[in-house]
Amino acid sequence: MTTIYIIAAIVLIVAILVVIFRLQVLSAVLKGRYEKRVGIGNDINGLLFVIVFVVGVGAFWYSYQQASAFFLPAASSEHGVRTDQLFWVTMAILVAAFLVTNALLYVFPYFYKYKEDRKAYFYPDNHRLEMIWTIIPAVVMAGLVVFGYKEWTAITSPAPKGAEVIEIMGKQFAWQVRYPGKDGVLGNYNYRNIDAVNEFGIDMNDSASYDDFIPRELHLPKGKPVLLNIRARDVIHSVFLPHFRVKMDAVPGMPTHFWFVPTKSTADMRDETGNAKFNYELACTEVCGRGHYAMRFVVVVDEPADYEKWKASQETFASLNRDYAAEKAPKLVGLLPAKVAAPEAPADSTAAPADTTAVAAH
Amino acid sequence: MSSSDIHIHDHHAHSHDHDHDHEHHELPWIRQYIFSEDHKIIAKQYLISGILWAILGGLFSLIFRIQLGFPNADLSWMKPVLGEWIQNGKLDPEFYLAMVTMHGTIMVFFVLTAGLSGTFSNFLIPLQIGARDMASGFLNMLSFWFFFLSSVVMFASIFISTGPASGGWVIYPPLSALPQAMSGSGLGMTLWLSSMAIFIVSSLLGSLNYITTIINLRTKGMTFDRLPLTIWAFFITAIIGVLSFPVLFSAALLLVFDRSFGTSFFLSEIYIGGEALSNQGGSAILFQHLFWFLGHPEVYIVLLPALGITSEIVATNSRKPIFGYKAMIGSILAIAFLSFIVWAHHMFITGMNPFLGSIFMFLTLIIAVPSAVKAFNYIATLWKGNIIFTPAMLFSIGLVSFFISGGLTGIILGNSAIDIQLHDTYFVVAHFHIVMGSASFFGMLAGVYHWFPKMFGRMMDERLGYIHFWLTFIGVYVVFFPMHYIGIAGFPRRYYSWTGFDAFNSFADLNQLISIAAILVFIAQFIFIFNFFYSIFKGRISSLNPWRSNTLEWTTPLNPEHGNWPGDIPHVYRWPYDYSKPGHNEDFIPQNVPFSQTPHSNFPHEKDSNE
Ligand code: HEM
Ligand SMILES: [Cu+2]
Ligand SMILES: [Cu+2]
Repeated sequence: MTTIYIIAAIVLIVAILVVIFRLQVLSAVLKGRYEKRVGIGNDINGLLFVIVFVVGVGAFWYSYQQASAFFLPAASSEHGVRTDQLFWVTMAILVAAFLVTNALLYVFPYFYKYKEDRKAYFYPDNHRLEMIWTIIPAVVMAGLVVFGYKEWTAITSPAPKGAEVIEIMGKQFAWQVRYPGKDGVLGNYNYRNIDAVNEFGIDMNDSASYDDFIPRELHLPKGKPVLLNIRARDVIHSVFLPHFRVKMDAVPGMPTHFWFVPTKSTADMRDETGNAKFNYELACTEVCGRGHYAMRFVVVVDEPADYEKWKASQETFASLNRDYAAEKAPKLVGLLPAKVAAPEAPADSTAAPADTTAVAAH
Repeated sequence: MSSSDIHIHDHHAHSHDHDHDHEHHELPWIRQYIFSEDHKIIAKQYLISGILWAILGGLFSLIFRIQLGFPNADLSWMKPVLGEWIQNGKLDPEFYLAMVTMHGTIMVFFVLTAGLSGTFSNFLIPLQIGARDMASGFLNMLSFWFFFLSSVVMFASIFISTGPASGGWVIYPPLSALPQAMSGSGLGMTLWLSSMAIFIVSSLLGSLNYITTIINLRTKGMTFDRLPLTIWAFFITAIIGVLSFPVLFSAALLLVFDRSFGTSFFLSEIYIGGEALSNQGGSAILFQHLFWFLGHPEVYIVLLPALGITSEIVATNSRKPIFGYKAMIGSILAIAFLSFIVWAHHMFITGMNPFLGSIFMFLTLIIAVPSAVKAFNYIATLWKGNIIFTPAMLFSIGLVSFFISGGLTGIILGNSAIDIQLHDTYFVVAHFHIVMGSASFFGMLAGVYHWFPKMFGRMMDERLGYIHFWLTFIGVYVVFFPMHYIGIAGFPRRYYSWTGFDAFNSFADLNQLISIAAILVFIAQFIFIFNFFYSIFKGRISSLNPWRSNTLEWTTPLNPEHGNWPGDIPHVYRWPYDYSKPGHNEDFIPQNVPFSQTPHSNFPHEKDSNE
C-alpha cells in the first residue's frame, strides 16, 4: 500500500514540475528571451566561474589543513623519507601549475564573456608561444624523471649482503611469514607440499628447513636492511606496509622481492604519535576476494638486540610439528631437537594478533 | 563516388535513383527505427543505450558509496531489491566487489566507449565530412546490434545467483580464472568474457567503418587539413581501437582456455580450496601486459572523442578559431602513438623487471607534454574571445578543468618511485575519475547539449542546463578531490571496509561527505534526463544553425532524412574555424562558403582552387 502512495506522490511531483517548467518556458517565449543572442544568464555564468574558483581555492586550502592531520606519519624507512620528499616536491610544482592554469581557465570566461559590440580576436596560432609551452613542461618532466629514476633504481637495486631475509606469503585471506632461523637460509618449498599443517609447503627433506619458524607477527630489526621474499599461493595479493612506503605484489608462481631499512621501532612510533597502542600494519592492496579488506597482519619493529632475543625465543616449525616432519622426511629425524624446549614467554609486544581469516569468513 | 551505394535523394546522379527514393520511403517502420542503417538513428540508439547504462552504473556506485560512507548503517531496506546479497542488514563483501567491478566495466566500456564514441562518431562523421552515410550502413547497423547483444549478456550476468564478475574491471587471473577463488569468477566471469568478446566485435566493426568513411567519403574540398577536430579525434580513436581491442580479445580468449580447457597461460603453482592445481609455467603477469596493452589506449579511446567535441564547442562558443589547429592534431597523434607504449605504468610493482619500470616511467612522463599542449591551447582559445555560455560550452570548460587537474596527478603516478606508495590507493581512484571518468563524461554531456538540435530538431532548455552544469561540476570536485587526501593517507582501493586497520581508521566524516555528495550528483543528473526526454518531444523548435557554427552538419535541413542533404552535398572551401575573421561582417563563415564570396576577409594566400 505504502508503495502505491509513494509512486502516486512521485508521479504527482513530477507532473507539477512539468507544468511549472512548461509555464516558465512559455512565459520566456512571450517575453522574447530567446530572441536575443545571449541573455542575463551569460553574465551570471561568467561571474560564477570566478566565484567558484575563489571559493574553490579556499576550500582546497581549508580541506587540506583538515585532512593533513590524518596523513600517515613521517616515513619509517630510509627510502620512504626520500620518496615522500619526491612526492611533496612534485606536488608543489603541480599545485602551482594547477593554480595558474585553472586561474586562467576561470578568469578568461569572466573577462571575455559575450558583448554585442565586440568581436573576438582572430588568433589562430603563435608558434613561439606554442614552442614555449611545449618546452617548459618537457624540461620539468625531464627533471622529474631524473630524480624519479635515481630513486627507483636505488630502491629496486639488489639487497645489500647480510640483509635479514624474511618470507611473506599471501593466501586467501591472511598473511603468513617465515624466518630462516639460525642458519639464515629459508628451506625449500613446493606448492605441492602444502596441506593443513604445512601452509608454506616447506620441503622437510631440505635440512635448511629445520630451523625455520613461523611466528604470528612480522618482527623487523630497526636500522638493518630487511629483504622480503614475497609469494602467494592462490591468487595475486599485494604486500603493503603503509608506514614504510613499501608495496610489492605477491604473485603465485612468481616470487617477488622488496628490501628496505626500517628506521623507527614500534616504541619510537608510540612516542612520536602519542598513541600507546600504535602498531605497524601490513595490508593487502590487490583485490583477492571477499576477505581482501581484512588481510591485516601486525608488524613490530624492535631494537636490534630485542629482535635477536625475539628470534631466539621462537620455536621452529619442525619442533612444533615433530610427527609431521618425521613422517614426511624419515631420514632427517635426526635434525629434530631431542625434546620440546620449554618455550620462553613470547616477546610479542601486542595482544593476540587478529585472526583475519575469521573476520573474512564472517 | 561518395554516394554511389546510397542512392537516396541524389537527384543529380543516375536517373533510376527515383525508384530507390520510393523504396526508401516504403521502408517498414522496423527498418527505419530499429534495424536502421541510417547513421543518425544508430547514433541515437547508442546514445539512449549509453544513458541507460550510465544510470545503472551510477546506481551501482551509490550502493558501494553507501557502504563506504555509512559502514555501520542497516541496509535491510535494500533487501527487496538485492535479496540474498544483504545479510543481517549488511552488504555481502563479495557483492560489494561485484558492484565495483560492474560499475567500472559499465562506465569504461558501455557508457564512455559505446555511448560516447558510438554516439558521436556515428552522428558526426558523415554530417561533418559531407557524406550521405557511413561507408557501410549494414556493418554499422550490425555494430550496434552486436553492442546490444553484448549489453544483454552483461546485464543478464547481474542477476545470476553466483553474482556477476567481481575481480575488478581489470579481471586479473588467477582470481578471475578460478571459480574457487570467489563466486563471481564462476558463471559471472564466463558471461563477462562472452559479453566483452561480442563488444570487441562491435567496436571493431564500428571503428573500421569510421576509418573507411573518413578516408573515402569526404566531400569535395574536405581535405585532411580542413577536417574539424572532432573528426580528427574520432579518426585517431578508431585507429587506436582497431589496434588495441584485438589484444584484449586474445587475452580474454587465453583466459577462457585457462578457465575451461585446462591450459596454463596465466596459472602456475596454485594451491586453492584444499588442493594443489596441476597448472605450471603460466604467468599471471602476462595477462596484465596484454590487458593494459588495451587498457591504457582505452583511456584515450574514451578521452580523445571528448577532447575533439570540446575543441569544436570551445571554438564555436568563443567565436574564435581553435588556437593551434595543427598543434592540436599533432598532439592527438602524439598521444595516440605514446598511448601504446606506456601500458606498464600500471604494473610498476607487479614484480616486473625494474629496468622496464624505468623505461615506462620515462615514456609515461613524455605523454604529459602533448597533453599539456592541448590544455594550453584551450585556454588560449578562450583568451580575447567573445564567449557565449551555452550549456555545452560550460561542460567543455569543465572538461578542460578536469583534464588539467587529473592529468597533473598522472605525473605523480607515472613516477615509479612515488607510485610504490600510491598504487592501488584512493589517490589512483581520484586521478582516473577526474581525468578519464569526469572529463569524458563532461565531453559526452557537452556533445549532447550541442548537437541536440541537430539530432531532434528541437532545443534543450538552457536554464536547466546551467543548473545541471553547476551542480555536477561542483559535485564532481567535492566527490573526487578529497579522495586524493584519502589516498595520501594510504587507504587501499577495492576495500569493503577500512575499520579493521588502525592506519585506515580515520576519515569517516570525509567518506560520509563524499558519499552524500555522490548521491546528490547522481540525483542532479535527473535534471538532464528530464530535460533530454522532455525536449525531444516538447522542446522549442530549433533554428537551422542555432550556434552559428561553421561545420557542415548545420547546412542540412532541420530534420535530415537518410542521406542527409536533399540536394547536392555541399563543397568545402575553407577550414572550419573562420570565426570572427577580420573584415567579415558576421562572426562566422561556414566551411561551404567559397573565398570568392568573402573578398574582404581573405588572407593573401586564400583563393579558391580551380573547381
Ligand atoms: C589524459 C588522460 C588519462 C586517462 C584517461 C587516464 C586514465 C587512467 C586510469 C583509468 C587509471 C586506473 C588504472 C587502474 O584501475 O588501476 C590510471 C592510472 C594511472 N595513470 Fe592515468 N590517465 C590519464 C592521464 C595520465 C597521465 C597524463 C599520466 C602520467 C603522466 C598518467 C599516469 C597514470 C599512471 C602511472 C597510472 C597507474 C597508477 C597506479 O596504478 O598506481 N595518466 N589512469
Ligand atoms: Cu587482497
Ligand atoms: Cu595507462
